[in-house]
Amino acid sequence: MSEKPKEIMFAQACNMAMAKAMEDDPKVILMGEDIADEQGGGVFKVTLGLSEKFGTDRVRSTPISEQAIVGAAVGSAMVGYKPVAEIMLMNFITVAMDQIVNHAAKLRFMSGGQTTVPLTIRTTTGAGTGLGGQHSDMLEAWLAHVPGLKVVAASNPADAYGLLYSSIMDPNPVIFIENTPGYFVKGPAPAPDHTVPLGKASVPREGTDITLIGYGSSISRCHAAAEKLAEGGISCEIVDLRTIAPFDEETVLKSVAKTKAAVVVHEAVRNFGVGAEISSRIHEELFSELKAPVGRVGSGYAPVPFSPAIEKAWLFSQDDIEREVHKILG
Amino acid sequence: MANSDMADKDVLIDIFTRADLIMQSDIKFRQMIGAGQLQIVYYPVRGQEVVSSAMMAAVNKEDYLVTIYRGLHDQLAKGIPSKDLWAEFAGKMAGTCKGKGGPMHITHPETGVMVTTGIVGSGIPIANGLGLASQLDKDGKVTVCCFGDGATNIGAFHEGLNMAQIWKLPVIFLCQNNLYSEHTPMAFATSSDSIKQRGEGLGMRSVQVNGNDASAMYAAAKEAVEYARAGHGPTLIEAMTFRFHGHLLGDTSHYIPKEEMEQAKKDDPMPILRQQLLDLQISEADIAAIEAKNAAIIEEASQFALDTPYPPGDEYRIDVLDVEIAA
Repeated sequence: MSEKPKEIMFAQACNMAMAKAMEDDPKVILMGEDIADEQGGGVFKVTLGLSEKFGTDRVRSTPISEQAIVGAAVGSAMVGYKPVAEIMLMNFITVAMDQIVNHAAKLRFMSGGQTTVPLTIRTTTGAGTGLGGQHSDMLEAWLAHVPGLKVVAASNPADAYGLLYSSIMDPNPVIFIENTPGYFVKGPAPAPDHTVPLGKASVPREGTDITLIGYGSSISRCHAAAEKLAEGGISCEIVDLRTIAPFDEETVLKSVAKTKAAVVVHEAVRNFGVGAEISSRIHEELFSELKAPVGRVGSGYAPVPFSPAIEKAWLFSQDDIEREVHKILG
Repeated sequence: MANSDMADKDVLIDIFTRADLIMQSDIKFRQMIGAGQLQIVYYPVRGQEVVSSAMMAAVNKEDYLVTIYRGLHDQLAKGIPSKDLWAEFAGKMAGTCKGKGGPMHITHPETGVMVTTGIVGSGIPIANGLGLASQLDKDGKVTVCCFGDGATNIGAFHEGLNMAQIWKLPVIFLCQNNLYSEHTPMAFATSSDSIKQRGEGLGMRSVQVNGNDASAMYAAAKEAVEYARAGHGPTLIEAMTFRFHGHLLGDTSHYIPKEEMEQAKKDDPMPILRQQLLDLQISEADIAAIEAKNAAIIEEASQFALDTPYPPGDEYRIDVLDVEIAA
């Protein structure tokens, strides 16, 4: 008798991953603004129930002090803890960039390997919510550009569960990016022992004509575009990076070597984005085999607008992906 | 100061031994850089020896230290072996951090030196994390976090002290107030009259002390350590001191009024401490023996720093992540 797998939401998957990590390792602690149950279990309820289960020593609500939150995570990570710091919204990471870039990312190197910083910074962001310019930015390219950091973005609940668990257990500092509108997206529930290794992309759809490379919120739109393009006889392969830095070059190149064409898709502003790096790597390795230069789809070169009408125009869309594919395949 | 207020004889000898090592190291670094034997960025510590020596005499080897780029005195006082430290300052493979940290980024967990940062004030939030770990582990350790008066003007100071106070963390915030942040006098850039006031404003136990007075500094340090170990929480110590040389070597301190510098040099803590030892009937010969021993340590360390090899170039591929990165 086959039973349809139970479905869960993305936010629940993150909650379950943290609960599992805390059960497995007493050194896992959480800190962030409003994350304990008394303060509501997080502004998006992602940590709901965890302080009740594990106590407020391990699930600590903090003042609105991003530098202090990340700093406390760095310090405790250096001496045996596996802290998970929640930075409520990705734009607030800018306030803590010194702690992330100058300290979390570099202390292993600058100490000659004597100290390590196994922390995870969870944060959420994403357009489509009408939160405007200071609550919706995708800043992963900044972070991916810093040696010493891993940057992760899941596209579905099961991956979120497996990737967040791996991030918490990873001996390096990891930035785990959640997608705010995606919190309520449902998907098959993972088995409790499900993990996803960092640094490994997945190929959720196989195809022969072109490779769509994305991560996080772009994957669902890649799937939708691929369905539509299939109606016109174009077969798309999809590569979900899952880990943005360091990215799985092997899987990307293997796929593009097969399809001979590629589009990189991300919600972040197109200019100087992750797509530029991936596109460049593909050109370096496969230039002579490509049917056409690698395409890029990203959002407009502007702050995320508030008005729904402008926000929609700014945000990359399924149509943009289809248009780019047609352009490349002629 | 009355003798009754004087620290124990052995404690003062201990403080003097550390402080003299620092003073001689500082002199030697400046000589060697001046002579072109070492080409490194160097932030002189002459004048601030007693503050850190007295502080570190009050803690254990296992206790943590977070300090800043002007940190030679803190690092030596905490006990990093001179050879390892000198080699790191020179960028050599035998240094504390394989030459990958350098003078501004010294780490040596064996002696509790966890972070040295080149970013003013940024060690404060990290010190909280070390303190949080000690609080959760109930290991009885304290974390000493050193910084200057200038650091109290960055946001991390206010965020960090606030968090330390609400969580009652076992951290001692040691502000070594040398009255100048780089080239800027305190009154020009700091809105409060004292750093102590800032700690009080954040609800923290805060004290101001003459950091150049070994006994007073040691008493303040010891009290703060006991307070933290007892679980009462952090203390801000504003230790008044002075910097006899420029912000970094080569800076002539043109911005410090001549009279102020002259007075500070008259109040040089090192001859005062030495005289205190003599007053306590410690013989000139015993003091000279300490000085000679320190000189020998520095001679060996500085020669080692020159002679020992640089790391191989591809060392940059190691310690970025937990695995070696591709070339």
